[in-house]
Amino acid sequence: MGTPGPSKAFAVSILSFENVSLDYGAAAKTGKLVLGAINLSLRADEFVAVIGRSGSGKTSLLNLAAGFIAPSNGRIAIDGVTIDRPGADRAVVFQDDALYPWLNARDNIAFPLALRSVPRADRFEAAEKLLNHVGLPGAGDKKIWELSGGMRQRVGIARALASSPRFLLLDEPLGALDALTRGKMQELLLTIWSQSGAGVLLITHSIEEALLLATRVVVLSPDPGRIAADIPVSFGREVLAGQPVRTIKKQNAFHSLQETLTDLIHDEQAERAA
Amino acid sequence: MTVSTETYIAAGSLSGSNDQSRRQRRTFPTIMISLMTVAALIAGWTALSLYQIISPIFLPSPLSVGRSFVNLVTVGFVDSTLAQHTGASLLRIFAALFASVFIGIPVGLAIASSRVGKGIFDPIVEFLRPLPPLAYLPLIIIWVGIGETSKIVVISLAMLPAIILSTVAGVKSVSSDRINAARSFGATTAQVLRHVTLPSALPSILTGVRIALGAGWSTLVAAELVAATRGLGFMIQAAAQFLVTDVVISGILAIAAIAFLLETIARLIERRLVPWGSRL
Ligand SMILES: Nc1ncnc2c1ncn2[C@@H]1O[C@H](COP(=O)(O)OP(=O)(O)OP(=O)(O)O)[C@@H](O)[C@H]1O
Ligand SMILES: [Mg+2]
Repeated sequence: MGTPGPSKAFAVSILSFENVSLDYGAAAKTGKLVLGAINLSLRADEFVAVIGRSGSGKTSLLNLAAGFIAPSNGRIAIDGVTIDRPGADRAVVFQDDALYPWLNARDNIAFPLALRSVPRADRFEAAEKLLNHVGLPGAGDKKIWELSGGMRQRVGIARALASSPRFLLLDEPLGALDALTRGKMQELLLTIWSQSGAGVLLITHSIEEALLLATRVVVLSPDPGRIAADIPVSFGREVLAGQPVRTIKKQNAFHSLQETLTDLIHDEQAERAA
Repeated sequence: MTVSTETYIAAGSLSGSNDQSRRQRRTFPTIMISLMTVAALIAGWTALSLYQIISPIFLPSPLSVGRSFVNLVTVGFVDSTLAQHTGASLLRIFAALFASVFIGIPVGLAIASSRVGKGIFDPIVEFLRPLPPLAYLPLIIIWVGIGETSKIVVISLAMLPAIILSTVAGVKSVSSDRINAARSFGATTAQVLRHVTLPSALPSILTGVRIALGAGWSTLVAAELVAATRGLGFMIQAAAQFLVTDVVISGILAIAAIAFLLETIARLIERRLVPWGSRL
């Protein structure tokens, strides 16, 4: 596979957190910092997985990147330009699919294009392509409530792709799926990342998932959320090269990283208890 | 003890055995109980009028009500047939519905989405909501006269709170993920409103419309009491003055039937427009 993206031909976009801290302000009453002094950058050819305990601020981090909330201090920028609102260059996939039940699968996928007044025929064509891409050929006319959880997430991912974003922001998109479906969706995420040329920020509770997919795993430790580790990994390339996931998971390198990350998350908990 | 008593009552059975009453409940659907109740009421009515226990002036027999109903359809009463009276009433209802939807949805949106909007409209809605329409009918007549406008205004006012409040509830329950998703695809505020908020709130708004139709229909008779020349409410009122009780009863039955029809049609439209309903 090699390094994805022809980075020599043009500069790859970079999403950067610069000294970002966040508290939910007077409304939250506690006034405590949720994120403290985060420095993190995400290139548009990277797949960064963020793990950390519940409440460590993972979703807050993603919402900041998406522009849904503003940092209390510091700034978030793409290629040096400060982000102050959501934009079509960053598409989000949610844990609860957030699809629109009044639209069928095809029109859900074409929704970002409809917002941009793309002609109907072109929207249709693009949506059909994306349906194939996410493994749902011929499902365009299906109603949202006729789809299984896994299929809905596929539609949600296709919809985000239709937006042709530079960054895909995924907040536990596979969290609610069963193990088998989850495995298939993980492969889909990898394929999409390698083909779409968009940078991925994936939030997950699964260390294994983070290791299998990401090029970097970021561990967020709580109170206030800060980056406890930022580890480059490369198992995703092996998955993409067609190696069975089961043999990858048996590697010593995989095991030791799995342990390191588990310790990192657990240490934090021990520290808190002390 | 309590449980077995309830079973006993629900089954309408005279036998005390639990087993038996359960079996009877399965073979005896509720709709049959309802039908039998209606049959019993009509039988009682027939008996009361047949043996002249109550004078026909107060309670005409079912047969003469039926005859007067046919007469209403074919010949009519006070210069209009039943269809014309019904048409006049329905026209008022739908004009009022149009007006209250036209005003109520934007007001609901304003209350749900802006602090200023809430500050302005909340007290007005809260003032209007508990008022019986009959209470402000005279005032409306003083203001806009006794013509068609006053009737439509009163019915609209009766409908407005239901539509405003259901719009508010609908807009407030829109999931923030749905809105954020659209924003992350580059939707403008207007596009979010048009493509996400309104369709998300539609099930609630339609429920509001259905409730409003009910409220409007029950206000109709009162609104038509004053200076109307056509309408079901007017027809009943006129018939009562001439003590034509069979027409009064026919009118009441017609009003009930149309209310039922409106409700059914509204539910059908709801199912058609928002098949996802509460599923998503
Ligand atoms: N809208 C909000 N207002 C106030 N506090 C919030 C808000 N959202 C999150 N928080 C707080 O910020 C902290 C981090 O929350 P966040 O949702 O980012 O955690 P998370 O890592 O995504 O957790 P999980 O793994 O359970 O999804 C928590 O303590 C939470 O209570
Ligand atoms: Mg979260």
